[in-house]
Amino acid sequence: MSSSVQSVVSQPYKYGFVTDIEADSLPRGLSEDVVRAISAKKEEPQFMLDFRLKAYRRWLEMEEPSWPNVKYPPIDYNEIVYYSAPKQAESKLGSLDEVDPALLDTFDKLGISINEQKRLANVAVDVVFDSVSIATTFKKDLAKHGVIFCSISEALKEHPELVQKYLGTVVPVGDNYFTALNSAVFSDGSFVYLPKGVKCPMDLSTYFRINNGDSGQFERTLIVAEEGSSVTYLEGCTAPMYDSNQLHAAVVELVALDNAEIKYSTVQNWFAGDENGKGGIYNFVTKRGLCKGVNSKISWTQVETGSAITWKYPSCVLAGDNSVGEFYSVALTNNYQQADTGTKMVHVGKNTRSTIISKGISAGKSKNSYRGLVKVNPKAEGARNYSQCDSMLLGDTSNANTFPYIQVQNSSAQVEHEASTSKIGEDQLFYFAQRGISPEDAVSMIISGFCRDVFNELPMEFAAEADKLLSLKLENSVG
Amino acid sequence: MINETAKTILSVRNLHASVDGTEILKGVNFEVKAGEVHAIMGLNGSGKSTFSKVLAGHPDYEVTAGEVIFQGTDLLELEPHERANSGVFLAFQYPLEIPGVSNRDFLRVAYNSHRKANGEEEIDVFDFDDLVEERSNVVKMDVSFLDRSVNEGFSGGEKKRNEILQMALLEPTLAILDETDSGLDIDALKIVSNGVNQLSTPKNASILITHYQRLLNYIVPDYVHVMAQGRIVKTGGKELAQELESRGYDWIVAEEAVA
Repeated sequence: MSSSVQSVVSQPYKYGFVTDIEADSLPRGLSEDVVRAISAKKEEPQFMLDFRLKAYRRWLEMEEPSWPNVKYPPIDYNEIVYYSAPKQAESKLGSLDEVDPALLDTFDKLGISINEQKRLANVAVDVVFDSVSIATTFKKDLAKHGVIFCSISEALKEHPELVQKYLGTVVPVGDNYFTALNSAVFSDGSFVYLPKGVKCPMDLSTYFRINNGDSGQFERTLIVAEEGSSVTYLEGCTAPMYDSNQLHAAVVELVALDNAEIKYSTVQNWFAGDENGKGGIYNFVTKRGLCKGVNSKISWTQVETGSAITWKYPSCVLAGDNSVGEFYSVALTNNYQQADTGTKMVHVGKNTRSTIISKGISAGKSKNSYRGLVKVNPKAEGARNYSQCDSMLLGDTSNANTFPYIQVQNSSAQVEHEASTSKIGEDQLFYFAQRGISPEDAVSMIISGFCRDVFNELPMEFAAEADKLLSLKLENSVG
Repeated sequence: MINETAKTILSVRNLHASVDGTEILKGVNFEVKAGEVHAIMGLNGSGKSTFSKVLAGHPDYEVTAGEVIFQGTDLLELEPHERANSGVFLAFQYPLEIPGVSNRDFLRVAYNSHRKANGEEEIDVFDFDDLVEERSNVVKMDVSFLDRSVNEGFSGGEKKRNEILQMALLEPTLAILDETDSGLDIDALKIVSNGVNQLSTPKNASILITHYQRLLNYIVPDYVHVMAQGRIVKTGGKELAQELESRGYDWIVAEEAVA
């Protein structure tokens, strides 16, 4: 069986090309000067430079975490290029027409059209290439509704008061080693602001592309939803194939005020390394949402198929009474990929509710761990959590682990945890075969069925795109 | 229905097969013509179920000698899904559960795989829905079953009816029913038998593998074969089944020993 299963999950990486474009990069290595140089290049306000320097000094005192269930050689932080931008993006872009055709081509090849005429129906896109945002579509249409959607660099220029008010409030600078690093050197990312009562008229999306072989990508995303507003947001990620490993250390912060709702979906397909485990992205990401207001809701959906190593726990702090946190995840690992991913649900307010649905699929010699924390604080009367963690193993050499942590300090809490591990059995494949269905299609159907609860949570508009990304490893899923 | 001039659908000669190095089939000879219904009976461990799985191509079994010609093609050369698409259908003794895959999707992909393999165009979701809902009548299956995961949480009887629904949809040339009667109450047995009878035409054929004569009251076989120790040791008409019911198998095994 495992040979047929392997051939299905081992589709070649289609997004591994490199765009030949002149880049403006800072020299390798990290120092206070580099931090100042990044801030200067971006013409940032003073508070931002102070924020970065504070973070850098914090970072120097910290140590890389060793508790994740992943193994990799030590990272030399002085070998990384912390800022790399396509030359032309240096000058402020007046309109999309001025974007370098080589960049437009790159994104066309990836199936992400920046051209508004060829856009995805009703989706605005911000595209980030190495360290900078090169274009954001539909800004004007969104502005009519009062919605701000732009790169975070632009937000620092146009709306510094909003950035200053919220940046670092959900994920403190010193939260962990990688958030400190990111806070010091982040170069770009997306900023979204929804004013009171506005339901965002279209879905928003950011597409991240790492091109430079030596650069790290440190993006920062901040989404603020004022009272009664709502938005659906999706990010997608790809990178070329290099023999070396690139570091991607992002921070995403979400804030939902009273009755606001943020739905955040990720389809992550960074280069995973080759079949011998050479190369690939180290994806060390901190994502956290704060349900600050009453009845607010934050929902994370992630489809993690790429990266050599994934270390990521999109979390919710449920501070507002009756607030709701959700986490839906599919993590697929193959070859020598390692994933340690899950979520944290922290119940602070009364009658807060959270749901965790995690599906891990491991093939090849990969290692796939779910790590999740459900925490109910003493004052969180009536908190409820439901967690379901399912693992599926393909072949005999892959590894699946579940590490659930539950801390309950209020006796009225209801916390449920279910877990299962399954294997695609030879008899199941024979049953499909006896009905005329090839092993490739059978594996796709079984895995697609296994992930259904999560796929149903992906926004409709992105289903096709997500499917496309997933098809790298799973030939055409059913539907 | 026996018609001496009908086309031979299946011809098995001197078939030997083993699992994990243990020989189970020790020279099976067997022939099926269009329009015929065959019953294979025998004790547990006689090789009946193995025979059906070897025909369908289960990867656990290794064919060590002999040949199987199905409609002029060497069946043993084909992959399991190719055998299915060429018209061999096995109704499983223990149908498998496939969580998360809806019965409707499973049936549609199976149906379209058959069409594709036979050079026909795939049919779309809407046409398929009409077709499958119409075929569900064959086994009096409520259409709500179509939207549940394949066999998940189905009772034993529902699983067997689902097998016959698949057969009704795929319209095989050769249907092998492996102990389809086991675990069925009398009402379910009637529904399943009725379904199989409705699907029987002069162009197709079926093989019923069973322990009990009971099934054969509802699906009347043209031939009854007795399998023992990996071979077919006796062949007769439907009256042989009744004789087995009253006398057991010992006398045949004894006869065989003398011969």
